[in-house]
Amino acid sequence: MCPMEIGEEMNKKTWTARHVGVPALWMLGALLCLSGCNRETDQKTEAKAVRVSVVGASTIAPLISELAKAYEREHPGIRIEVQAGGSARGIMDVRSGTAVLGMVSRELKPEEQDLQHALIAKDGIGMIVNKSNPITGLTKEQVVGIYTGRITNWKDVGGDDSPITVVSKAEGRSTLEIFSGFFGIPYKDIRAHVIIGDNQQGIQTVAGSPAAVGYVSIGSAEYEADQGAAIRLIPLGDQIPSTAAVASGEYAISRDLNLVYKAPLTEPVQDFLAFARSNEAAAFVTRMYFIPVTK
Amino acid sequence: MTLLTDEVVAKVHPTKLRGWAFWSAMSMLALLGAAIVFLIVAFLLSESFPLIAQGGPIRFFTDEGWWPRDASFNMTPMVLASLYLTIGALVVATPLSLAISLVTTFKAPARLAHVLHNLVELSAAVPTVVYGLWGVSSIVPIVNIWSPPGASLLAGVLIVALMIIPTITVLTQSALQTVPTAYVQGATALGVSTSQTLLRIVIPAARQGIFSAMVLGAARAIGETMVVLMVCGNIVQVPTSLFDPVRALTANIALEMPYAMGDHRASLFVAGLLMLLLVSALVAVGEWVGMRQRKMIS
Amino acid sequence: MRRFHVFGFDVRDFVWTFVMYGLTLTAVAMLLWPLLTVFGNGLQVLSWDFLLASPEDAGRSGGIAPILVSTLGIVLVSLTAALPLAFGVAVMLTEGFNPAGWPATILRCSLDILAGIPSVVFGLFGLSLFCRQLELGYSILAGGLTLACMILPTLARSLAFSLESAGVAHRAGGAALGLSKQSVLWHVMVPVALPGICAGVVLALTRALAETAVLLFTSGYSDRMPESVLDSGRSVSVHIYDLSTNVPGGTPNAYGSALALLLLLALLSFTVHALTRWMQRRMTGNTTRSL
Repeated sequence: MCPMEIGEEMNKKTWTARHVGVPALWMLGALLCLSGCNRETDQKTEAKAVRVSVVGASTIAPLISELAKAYEREHPGIRIEVQAGGSARGIMDVRSGTAVLGMVSRELKPEEQDLQHALIAKDGIGMIVNKSNPITGLTKEQVVGIYTGRITNWKDVGGDDSPITVVSKAEGRSTLEIFSGFFGIPYKDIRAHVIIGDNQQGIQTVAGSPAAVGYVSIGSAEYEADQGAAIRLIPLGDQIPSTAAVASGEYAISRDLNLVYKAPLTEPVQDFLAFARSNEAAAFVTRMYFIPVTK
Repeated sequence: MTLLTDEVVAKVHPTKLRGWAFWSAMSMLALLGAAIVFLIVAFLLSESFPLIAQGGPIRFFTDEGWWPRDASFNMTPMVLASLYLTIGALVVATPLSLAISLVTTFKAPARLAHVLHNLVELSAAVPTVVYGLWGVSSIVPIVNIWSPPGASLLAGVLIVALMIIPTITVLTQSALQTVPTAYVQGATALGVSTSQTLLRIVIPAARQGIFSAMVLGAARAIGETMVVLMVCGNIVQVPTSLFDPVRALTANIALEMPYAMGDHRASLFVAGLLMLLLVSALVAVGEWVGMRQRKMIS
Repeated sequence: MRRFHVFGFDVRDFVWTFVMYGLTLTAVAMLLWPLLTVFGNGLQVLSWDFLLASPEDAGRSGGIAPILVSTLGIVLVSLTAALPLAFGVAVMLTEGFNPAGWPATILRCSLDILAGIPSVVFGLFGLSLFCRQLELGYSILAGGLTLACMILPTLARSLAFSLESAGVAHRAGGAALGLSKQSVLWHVMVPVALPGICAGVVLALTRALAETAVLLFTSGYSDRMPESVLDSGRSVSVHIYDLSTNVPGGTPNAYGSALALLLLLALLSFTVHALTRWMQRRMTGNTTRSL
């Protein structure tokens, strides 16, 4: 047999070995190497920094990030890492032990009482309309009518003759739950034209649509209106929305922003938690346009 | 007779061993690359299976509506919305991409072609969030003037089309470049007008590449998340007009995942699985058409 | 072919040419619009301080230096992981397997499906596989690896295409000289295909830089200067997302970051082009233009 034929025969016989067997061995080797890349062991070797992982709602994440940075400046040797991912992930990760603190932008539910919580800030919820909308306020009944689809034109509530564009929040958001709870509208009955995820999206939508009405965080709305966004906060009956009114308790619609954890906490974390609820932290809270809960 | 027979030499010759090493390494890498999809499928299945086993797969199309808190998981309106968005985006983007590719490959001077190419490349680098932001502040208010609420299927189609234009253009350009210049020269020699050369000769010659460009563009469009989340209105309904707000399946996953627990979370993974099936169907169609064309050419 | 001559003027040709140029102009205008918005809003914010300082006040002031570093890290990790895989896939698709046979079809299909998976699903997959199972946590490494999975189809497709177009003449010449298949591949076709490979890498880079959801779930949210690839670090696109949807008053800096991202891409593209030109000169002794 000449080398060419030997070569061809060998090709056929060794196809499996070449294309399946050897690659499988390589992959096994690669997997073994990758599994050695383990963050936990790295942490044990350099025990100089204590790592605290905080996971949860993206609404609170910027605030906690800033608080963490300020705290670390005073306390070297601790590293607080903030990750977003939603209130649900915050609760899941605290329960499974992956995270030490969870950021939850609502009150804890009855089935979540296995976790402790610390109130960090409050966030008022107010109704906004487009700046060009002439109405001066809405009563509770009018809001219920608009959001259940009974009232469909602005002229029925004292405005111009144009159909109302109703903006509401996505299911699962605490803002929606508080809204539907306060006005007594089951979420299935809400007839919206646009559903948004974040406050900023709500503000942008209402600003771009003259006939729109929506509900967002009062702090953000005040700030954006100041900066020239085409929106206006409107009073609800006799309740005037403003961060001051929420702080004093005059304005009723607000949600709690919490840090949740499983007891017991280590000392550094307890210290950070205390810092987050101190008067110093109040400045950070106001800069994020939330309402501080410290006196 | 020495021990070094032809057979032995052929087996251990250095080039043969080098060949072994090279091709097995390539096979391993290719296997790894192909395995990723299967890993993703396994992942989606593991997270969603409990829910599918609970009520059967049909319930995701026949339930009362999308009320995940009340265990009602009808995804039909969202699947339709995703499909309409993809088809609409393709319909808008393909002629535009084709036009740009034809102009840059055949008609424009080298300088202009280079500038256009860079423009297209730059557009592909703009993050989806920025497209969404721009869409909410520029496109949605314009659509709003026409017909409130502005955030609608139309806005989504326009912006997703804009986003897949670079994808389709780049691939179409490569396809057009592989058309032999002999075809174009022959057509000119025969006195065929420019437009007819391009329409009747060049495009058919490159149609396999153009088609695969469209398939890739469609795959990109169907997977688009951020933009449709920001400009489509997110109402779960089957759209009856271009101005109706819709919620795409991808946007739904992004919107609800941060706040979903238990069965609701599993249903979002089912949605991911459904997306995978849709894309596979799309790819299968593309592959089938490609095979037919290959048979026709060979 | 019938002619539509009216007054010695080919109407059909005129109409089609008009349509073609009209469509091109529309497309160019539409592509330019968002770019101009980014440039217009971003230039007001961009400055050397912006590029070199750390973010302050939740990103509303200060700069984006740590974020640029994290982004570069993520991009490098993803390219390092994806290039060998894409090369292997491309080589097997063009030279190794029979293009009409079942291994090649499975490979092609799995790549195409991979290309269409929504970024959210990739993010969750990456979180589950790289962050949890392989215990990398929220890190640049996890983000880079997940991103590698995302850019694999684009990269593999470009590589395969440029290898295929390297021309039968090169392959035949190599075979005629008695070179083995892999020698022809490595020493002849790859150098010739380098411009195409370079274009493919840049295309994959642009896709990688523009991704948001994937990186939010895998490389995380931290805006600190990362100290290693195992640290969490947000990419520029995640930063833009946070600033524009989550932080009141963050929009101006979001546009500034977007502009910085485009500049970063231009820089990376230039580097890749220069690198491939150098490689080609080393491997073949001269450079060729795009096929």
